[in-house]
Amino acid sequence: MTGRIHSFESFGTVDGPGIRFVVFMQGCPMRCLYCHNPDTWFPSAGTDYTAAEVASRALKYKSYFTGGGGVTVSGGEPMLQAEFVKELFTILKSEGINTALDTSGVMFNADNPRAFDDLLAVTDLVLLDIKHINPSEHKRLTSHGNENILAFARYLSDIKKPVWIRHVLVPGITDDDNYLRELKTFISTLKNVEKVEVLPYHTMGEVKYQKLGIPYPLKGVEPPEPERVKNAKEILKLND
Amino acid sequence: MNYKAWEGFVPGKWSDDEVNVRDFIQRNYTPYEGDDSFLEGPTEDTKKLWEEIMELSAQERAAGGVLKADTKIVSTLTSHKAGYIDKSREKIVGLQTDEPFKRALQPFGGIKMAEQALNMYGYEIDPQVKEIFTKYRKTHNDGVYDAYTPEMRRARTAHILTGLPDTYGRGRIVGDYRRVALYGIDYLIEHKQRDKLNMDGDMTPDKIRDREELSEQIKALNALKVMAAEYGMDISRPAENAREAIQWLYFGYLGAIKDQNGAAMSIGRNSTFLDIYIERDLKRGVLTEKEAQELIDQFVMKLRIVKFMRIKEYNELFSGDPTWVTESIGGMGVDGRTLVTKNSFRILHTLSNLGPAPEPNLTVLWSKRLPAGFKKFCAKTSIATSAIQYESDDLMRPEMGDDYCIACCVSCMRVGKDMQFFGARANLAKCLLYAINGGKDELTKDKKTGKALQVSPMFAPVSGDGPLDYNEVMVKYEQMMDWLAGLYVNTLNLIHYMHDKYSYEALEMALHDTEVRRFFATGIAGLSCAADSLSAIKYAKVYPIRNEEGLATDFKIEGDYPKYGNNDDRADEIAVWLVKTFMNKIKSHYTYRGSVPTMSILTITSNVVYGKKTGNTPDGRRAGQPLAPGANPMHGRDSSGALASLESVAKLPYEYSRDGISNTFSVTPASLGKDD
Repeated sequence: MTGRIHSFESFGTVDGPGIRFVVFMQGCPMRCLYCHNPDTWFPSAGTDYTAAEVASRALKYKSYFTGGGGVTVSGGEPMLQAEFVKELFTILKSEGINTALDTSGVMFNADNPRAFDDLLAVTDLVLLDIKHINPSEHKRLTSHGNENILAFARYLSDIKKPVWIRHVLVPGITDDDNYLRELKTFISTLKNVEKVEVLPYHTMGEVKYQKLGIPYPLKGVEPPEPERVKNAKEILKLND
Repeated sequence: MNYKAWEGFVPGKWSDDEVNVRDFIQRNYTPYEGDDSFLEGPTEDTKKLWEEIMELSAQERAAGGVLKADTKIVSTLTSHKAGYIDKSREKIVGLQTDEPFKRALQPFGGIKMAEQALNMYGYEIDPQVKEIFTKYRKTHNDGVYDAYTPEMRRARTAHILTGLPDTYGRGRIVGDYRRVALYGIDYLIEHKQRDKLNMDGDMTPDKIRDREELSEQIKALNALKVMAAEYGMDISRPAENAREAIQWLYFGYLGAIKDQNGAAMSIGRNSTFLDIYIERDLKRGVLTEKEAQELIDQFVMKLRIVKFMRIKEYNELFSGDPTWVTESIGGMGVDGRTLVTKNSFRILHTLSNLGPAPEPNLTVLWSKRLPAGFKKFCAKTSIATSAIQYESDDLMRPEMGDDYCIACCVSCMRVGKDMQFFGARANLAKCLLYAINGGKDELTKDKKTGKALQVSPMFAPVSGDGPLDYNEVMVKYEQMMDWLAGLYVNTLNLIHYMHDKYSYEALEMALHDTEVRRFFATGIAGLSCAADSLSAIKYAKVYPIRNEEGLATDFKIEGDYPKYGNNDDRADEIAVWLVKTFMNKIKSHYTYRGSVPTMSILTITSNVVYGKKTGNTPDGRRAGQPLAPGANPMHGRDSSGALASLESVAKLPYEYSRDGISNTFSVTPASLGKDD
């Protein structure tokens, strides 16, 4: 089958372990205020590729994956095209390639928790982005509640799927110490978390908004100060 | 032969009546696999000297780029009295003229260029010098222009051939300066005299020239002794300790730059050679690590202030005032031992002790198998200074062995055994426009008619309003490349004949074997622009837009096309085809003095100037916009990430581009991953 894809990055070094080939899927239901890829929102844009085509592109870089690298599917929201990603990961697993899914988890539905089991079976690592721990703050930030997302995190813990939790730090929105501690408390209940990453907000996406003619929601918000980043890392760091 | 200077060295072929520096290194060097913890900082003298140089540099900048220039004394090995920065502090001595930062007058490449350069900076050439080099002594430049055909002149005017060494010194020749230290001048002269005696038989023009050149070499070696004596040193004998070895070697190089104002004056592969002397002195207890570093720091300091008098356009072409004093460092030996020594660390450490600088162009010959300690030190120094160049030893060693060096930025040659005829480059993007327009230049006008200049013979242009037919364009492009390759090779044949005749590099060649291998180093510019243009014609629809003369001066593109730089075979195969095809055409021609044809893809900054002279191209690039440097994809078109871009470049076949392939690539630290 085909997937709708925004773009590829052959030298991904920040989305999972090692050097990674990153596939950016097209389409996302969330509208995070700090999103730096607004060009991936609309499902009608992008280009169609078959899973085999994408796999053969990624496999060209197999020799670079020796240091623990592999393929990360990001977006956009990759779980919008779960069937396609499953097919892609199945091919990659048969070639012995490490697979990572970079998702917000928003597609997860607690009433039908096993809907993504086939995909998760061929996923080595989930990079789970928890945007905000507080449900109403989350809704304000992303236009969606966080109930499915937290449920997805718990489900991944139950099935013991390795996870890196990621949290984008935006001054005045996601860097409140109390909320960070609350997030840490939640993470501590999970049994599958290998790493927590704090991603400092940056303004490099602003130019894309201009190109798309969309007003930039965080106009004037500066990236966090290094001390705040350090503080958040300190609060969220995993207990040994 | 058994010199006191060689005591403690393992003898071998090198000491058995041969000139064989590689054999000396192999038998005597100490590979080093440790880390950088042994390194020492700069001494007080080094710091003081460097401060004085920084002060002179500031004065030079304030003076508009040139502090002092000789307008009267023609530079030769023995033309000037000894010059010093601060004699009491200098461990390694020798300047190009009698004062630091005073530029020498070097008119053998061309008197016009020498005069122009002086005028640009507010100096007047001495009238007598001008008279001598106009009336009585012919220069390289005069010789070339006496012999140029009208077609060669047109190709030059229209810039389809660019940067030809016809008005300046060709450079790119690297003497084996280590020979001065290891053997001393008398031994070298004796060997050259023997070679001359053996050079007998039928006196063909070639043999006569060889004999004359050998005499010039011997004279140059004698002159080098005189030059060193001016500094109070006797280099007729071999160097006896580390300080002398560095000094003798530097004298050899200094002689070369007094003799030649070459486009690139590289120095070779010296640090591991010198380490042998330093190790011996350290063992003897006559030198400390601090003193060893001081010698290397001060040697490098001298290489940093190499200066030539050049016209401003030249500096514009190269975005600065480069001298390409390339020193090749490290690499692996063919026996599997690393050629990294402690001195490989010391020379890179000058970037910390003196601060970063573009010259000398410190070039690490990189191998996967280099010792981890050295790799780490390179990475650390690169992060701190961004001043190290890396080249693949694994790629070059199989062909060149383990005693080659890099001339300029990518040309590899076995030290003292190979030389090259530098050939600048042919513009393949413009050649494609010629194929479409039947050899009329899209930007240059014929002065007589006011119409587009017909540069090649009148080929049939592509007619009609398009879209351009890929097969038709390819047939015409191949024909145009046939013409261009032939003209290019012949132009270079003529240039190098004249350079040998009027500006022969006697000293540099004296530090080569008499039987030398010569490379005929051609080059191409505009590779990615030509590849993308052909891809556009093949995969999209490209309509020519014609001017009133009917010349296709612009193109309308409908649809998208694969672009070189995305690891997409459809586009990359076109780039590979271009490299192979043009090289094959070069090879089919007679090349001067039995030279081996090679090709490079390496415009590093001159791509900007070449772009200015190239009209709109079928890939959508606008007239005047820069071509990509070297083998780089066109700016901004490699949209699939770093590895895809690098993989596209890596497809270019090195066998067809032995003189080197360069790819200018920068990464921000953050894009290499996270700190934690």
